[in-house]
Amino acid sequence: MNSNEIDPAQEQADLRLRRVELVISVLLRGGVIVSLSLVVFGTVLSFLHHPSYLHSASDLQRLASPGAAFPHSPHEIKEALQAWQGQAFVAAGLIVLIATPVMRVAVSILAFLYQRDRVFVLLTTIVLALLLLSFVLGNVG
Amino acid sequence: MSPLSFTLSLLGISVVAGFIGSLLGLGGGIVVVPVLTLLYGIDIRYAIGASIVSVIATSSGAAAAYVRERVTNLRVAMLLELGTVSGAITGAFLAGILRSRWLFVIFGLVMGLSSLAMLCRTKEYNEPVAPDAWADGLRLHDRFYDESLGQEVAYRVTHVKLGLFLMYLAGIISGLLGIGSGALKVPAMDLAMRLPIKVSSATSNFMIGVTAAASAGLYFARADVHPFVVAPVALGVVLGATAGSKIMGRIDSRTLRVSFVAVLLIVSAQMVWKGLQ
Repeated sequence: MNSNEIDPAQEQADLRLRRVELVISVLLRGGVIVSLSLVVFGTVLSFLHHPSYLHSASDLQRLASPGAAFPHSPHEIKEALQAWQGQAFVAAGLIVLIATPVMRVAVSILAFLYQRDRVFVLLTTIVLALLLLSFVLGNVG
Repeated sequence: MSPLSFTLSLLGISVVAGFIGSLLGLGGGIVVVPVLTLLYGIDIRYAIGASIVSVIATSSGAAAAYVRERVTNLRVAMLLELGTVSGAITGAFLAGILRSRWLFVIFGLVMGLSSLAMLCRTKEYNEPVAPDAWADGLRLHDRFYDESLGQEVAYRVTHVKLGLFLMYLAGIISGLLGIGSGALKVPAMDLAMRLPIKVSSATSNFMIGVTAAASAGLYFARADVHPFVVAPVALGVVLGATAGSKIMGRIDSRTLRVSFVAVLLIVSAQMVWKGLQ
């Protein structure tokens, strides 16, 4: 086949690929915006809940010292969110942030599926599995 | 200091750190960790947790723009992520075992080396690259549109196995110290695998976010990601980096580099000193 001719199947695949790239771009920006909004909201909320944070030096000691208590497991965060604790909203925002690149890898699997590239579908799935594993490993270790 | 002045001052410093980081191409993490530990006396594990999360934020923000420009080599990125992600998990595990003083020492040394590396300007090579069976088999060769040349540039990739190994090491450093370690990733792609510099930095930036997510997951579950410390850092670094990327082309980064290298070297020596005390 003449290489100058446009293969319709190829063109279709390129179009789909372009769409996946657009989704990725929106996903990344959206993830960062949603996450930082939650972080700001949570921070403001915790200052509203604790007026002494505006002047008390001992509060900072307690907050930032090693072994400080804050919600970090999914269960604790869920409970703290229901109690409208500021730090829980910040933590939820940070989870969204950490999940953003993971979602990006997941969407990239689609891009390689459209290209019918089995090797890279497999490679990308392994990367995704490693990422998910890291969350599990942290909870165990 | 009250929690309010802590949050506000840290927000301000993080904006500056993100700004400088994006101008120097270093990322905010390498500035944020010394600020938190040396200036605020925060536990280095919280500092690393805060840094790794802000690394994800800046990388994702910048990658959103890069994807549209289509400079990133997605295939190379995904392949090398096998190396960086497993490295990051190894590094985050090591960070849990190592004593804090060693984290200070290693951080200081890596920071010093990355600052020195900024002085060496990388140049493009034009000689033909050695054929590499992996690069052929995985179809890693690609082309990109070079804006400064106004034309498409085709390039060939080589030394894939060496690249993967170097990326594993870069991943360990990233997971151990909470930095993006772009200073290690770019040379691995540019010098070893012979990708063009622009493709190397765009691809490195893409990979930084994914690498950081692997170790951030571990840090989060281990309760080293402290919401109160991370909030001003993540927000500040993103704001600063966004501003930095907007004026990047308009200033002479060469003079900026030389003047900041001196500062960074002094700070890295302080980190090493604090660890050895």
